[in-house]
Amino acid sequence: MSIQDYSAKQLRDAIASGAVTSVAATAAIFQQIDKLQPSVGAYITTFKDRALASAGEVDRKIAAGEPVGPLAGVPIAIKDNMCTDFGPTTCASKVLESFSAPYNAHVVEQLTAADAVIVGKANMDEFAMGSSTENSGLQKTVNPWDATRVPGGSSGGSAAAVAAKMCYGALGSDTGGSIRQPAGFCGVVGLKPTYGRVSRYGLVAFGSSLDQIGPMTADVTDAALMLNVIAGHDERDSTSLGPDIAPACDYLADIDKPVEGLKIAVATRFNALADEQVQAAIAQALDVYTKLGAEIVEVDMPHFDYAVAAYYVIATAEASSNLARYDGVHYGHRTEKPNDYVEVYSKSREEAFGQEVKRRIMLGTYALSSGYYDAYYLKALKVRNLIRGDFTSVFEKADCIVMPVSPTTAFKIGEKTADPLQMYVADIYTIAANLAGIPGISIPAGFDNDNLPIGLQILTPAFTEAKLLRIAKMLENQTNHHKKHPE
Amino acid sequence: MSDLQYRTIVGLEIHVHLATRTKMFCGCEMAYGVRPNSRVCPVCMGMPGVLPVMNKQAFEYAVLTALALNCSIPSFTKWDRKSYYYPDLPKNYQISQYDLPMSENGFIDIPLESGQVKRIGIIRAHLEEDAGKNTHTLGNFSAVDLNRTGSPLLEIVTEPDMSSPDEVRALAVELQRIVRYLGVSEGDMQKGHMRFEPNINLAITKDGQEYRTPIAEIKNLNSFRALERSVAYETARQLDEFTDRGITMQMGNKSTRGWDDDNQCTVLQREKEEAHDYRYFPDPDLVPVEMDDEWLSRIRADLCEMPIQKQNRFVSEFALSEYDAGVLTQIRSTAELFEQAVALGADPKKACNIITQNFQKIANEKGCTVCELGITPEKIVEMTNMVTIGQISSTSVSSIAVLSVANLSKTLREIAVEHNLIQTSDAGEIEALVDQVIADNPAAVEDVTSGGKKSKKARGFLLGQVMQRSKGQANPKIVAQILAKKLS
Ligand SMILES: [Zn+2]
Repeated sequence: MSIQDYSAKQLRDAIASGAVTSVAATAAIFQQIDKLQPSVGAYITTFKDRALASAGEVDRKIAAGEPVGPLAGVPIAIKDNMCTDFGPTTCASKVLESFSAPYNAHVVEQLTAADAVIVGKANMDEFAMGSSTENSGLQKTVNPWDATRVPGGSSGGSAAAVAAKMCYGALGSDTGGSIRQPAGFCGVVGLKPTYGRVSRYGLVAFGSSLDQIGPMTADVTDAALMLNVIAGHDERDSTSLGPDIAPACDYLADIDKPVEGLKIAVATRFNALADEQVQAAIAQALDVYTKLGAEIVEVDMPHFDYAVAAYYVIATAEASSNLARYDGVHYGHRTEKPNDYVEVYSKSREEAFGQEVKRRIMLGTYALSSGYYDAYYLKALKVRNLIRGDFTSVFEKADCIVMPVSPTTAFKIGEKTADPLQMYVADIYTIAANLAGIPGISIPAGFDNDNLPIGLQILTPAFTEAKLLRIAKMLENQTNHHKKHPE
Repeated sequence: MSDLQYRTIVGLEIHVHLATRTKMFCGCEMAYGVRPNSRVCPVCMGMPGVLPVMNKQAFEYAVLTALALNCSIPSFTKWDRKSYYYPDLPKNYQISQYDLPMSENGFIDIPLESGQVKRIGIIRAHLEEDAGKNTHTLGNFSAVDLNRTGSPLLEIVTEPDMSSPDEVRALAVELQRIVRYLGVSEGDMQKGHMRFEPNINLAITKDGQEYRTPIAEIKNLNSFRALERSVAYETARQLDEFTDRGITMQMGNKSTRGWDDDNQCTVLQREKEEAHDYRYFPDPDLVPVEMDDEWLSRIRADLCEMPIQKQNRFVSEFALSEYDAGVLTQIRSTAELFEQAVALGADPKKACNIITQNFQKIANEKGCTVCELGITPEKIVEMTNMVTIGQISSTSVSSIAVLSVANLSKTLREIAVEHNLIQTSDAGEIEALVDQVIADNPAAVEDVTSGGKKSKKARGFLLGQVMQRSKGQANPKIVAQILAKKLS
């Protein structure tokens, strides 16, 4: 097995045992980046010198017999909406093209403390708004399985980097499916943890009540490994869960232990909205579970039909406020020759924000405006509660619910850019988990006739990531989809 | 004009700066008058990716103040974002409280000149973060200082229960006294610790009909004088506007005005009430605050007797005048010094005079409180006792006060002796001096005994002569008694 074929966990163990060096693994990653970055475009920024230096430091520690962290020497990519005090933090936006954060995000601190090697910052839809990474204002990313197709989004760069082995694992952020959907499109594992499980400190906000950081990896074990590193309470994030509600947990400990008497909920009416090939892959996966002794429980999610509408009100409302700070006054893009101070705002924002971001700022501003608040924002919050209720009753009957990640496999570049509504509707399977704050995972479940990966999504109740990972691992152990790679 | 009557209606919005060590939602230390942008961090600068964390001390100060204002404290309160664009507001929204404030429905009793007390309703008090400061005087650009950004502000909104500039001022002064008593704010006007925004209009009765003038809101007043004068000016202006042009309150003709201190007038800033849409919504970065009984009673334990209650008690319990009691209770530590001295046996009236007329004067000159001068209750007791038994004259009290502050380790008696300020009450000694003076001034004695109109003046002259010969150390009361006996 070549060093490139190691999983993050295998690499970590090999490095820690002295079998390989982190410098060798990091150099191999940069060879791959040099080879594929021009065509795949997964990264906005890479840190070759810095990464090799950190790798060397890990190797030195190991040679000296010093203790090393759980990601010792493993090259990791992070989405470019997580602040680093090295290199730019752009959010793939012209607004922040030249912005350098003066501090590190909580997850960056955690990765560093775990001795991970940060190789670069991955491309994304501008400010994480989008499902194809086509909204990046700075860089084009293609799907490593088919260069004419999108990698998904908004964490498309992270997904493409993992799929094209341009890193051993990546961090993405998920506001309405932005980890799970690109993971599905690129045939990798993507985990959105429970809201509050991972600190958002240093994650540039899109929809604050929905945003959550999570791992994107080659397999389920690596997702557990990375979640171990990034999860945990952080006083700087008031919505971060305290140890009283979400006690620390080793997600790797029982990862290979199947869930006894597993009950899987399925909402057939809802799944039928997906393409036939996607439906078939889900059915096959359910067969595997059934053979393992799982029981399938048919459920209905009566309020899911309203999820997309509610989501786009809440997410855009929060975004319109979160993005108000990009005004050209304190940092970021400022217009050249404003006539007055109002133009500093209006022109700076007009010039630097992309179309989709502007569209969402306007939608959100409208939803929060006096006279409309009750009809839109307040009503959306009510729907959100109803969807939470839907999940509560599902989880009374079953341990998890299984569904597609998205209705289709990766679509063609440019196919949906003209019709934003069509793009929004494709988020139908992923956004409910964000509205309810529950964890969800996307794992490879097969390929369509075009050899494009199909993702399967599993959702479990809040705070049950350990069980979620075990359920995902049960399927992964029985299939080889995750072992197939592009090229 | 003959049958026109009017009544001024004023409500106040007051911003009180809370004296916490750090800012409302980040760990930056608060400081006044330091280098611009030297008390900032990514959070209060509104950098991408930062999150606010509530300062618990600020919340507790706010609750304590609200309790002192007799407000009810709901068990659940939340944070909202108030959106508007301004360069001193880096996030372009302010974290504030909209529909569920941390307190509501209270009142404040304010002392009036007449000696009476008026009760003014408090609609609500809520917490929010302050903005920064813009400067436009440096050249063809504006500068933004974010040191103040994120400081905790308590916004208090009163009912429109005040009806004169005096009442408005009395409320402001009383509130300053309260926040200082509680120790939640320095209440320093010069540092912008209290800012006032009165809403003013008039209820006019003319020819048996009732009219209301349009409400004017005067922004950002930061002195008692400006507050009082702007209300007076606005009352006159609105009355003129009504009598000259018949302008009355209509939908949307509320105006915003500023105070021009140079010309002592209010200036129109916004004619119509702009359709301000702040797009309030709950801040998703902060969790609501739930106040349980245990926490509330812990905060309540820090409540002290309110200044006005203390003032009234000083009048009834110690027979002080309203004025003296007011001066004495201006500063909590001074009022407590007085009470402790009285508890140790000082005569209340004399203790009050010594504190307010002597030590307070020295403290004012030094810009500190009486307690900060190092004056203890024991010193006040010693001083009142010396006056009572006639050891020192009331004129030498002030000299002894000054000297005692400079020589804290010495007793007052030591100081008085050292500086020849002990007065003689020995009747024998004084009688000898009186006899000398009578012998030396027959003309004046004649004036006194003849009982003419010169009698009073002559008596004063003789008394002065005795005092002079005693080098000011004779007890004037005893001199007068002996003099009277000899000349009767
Ligand atoms: Zn700060």
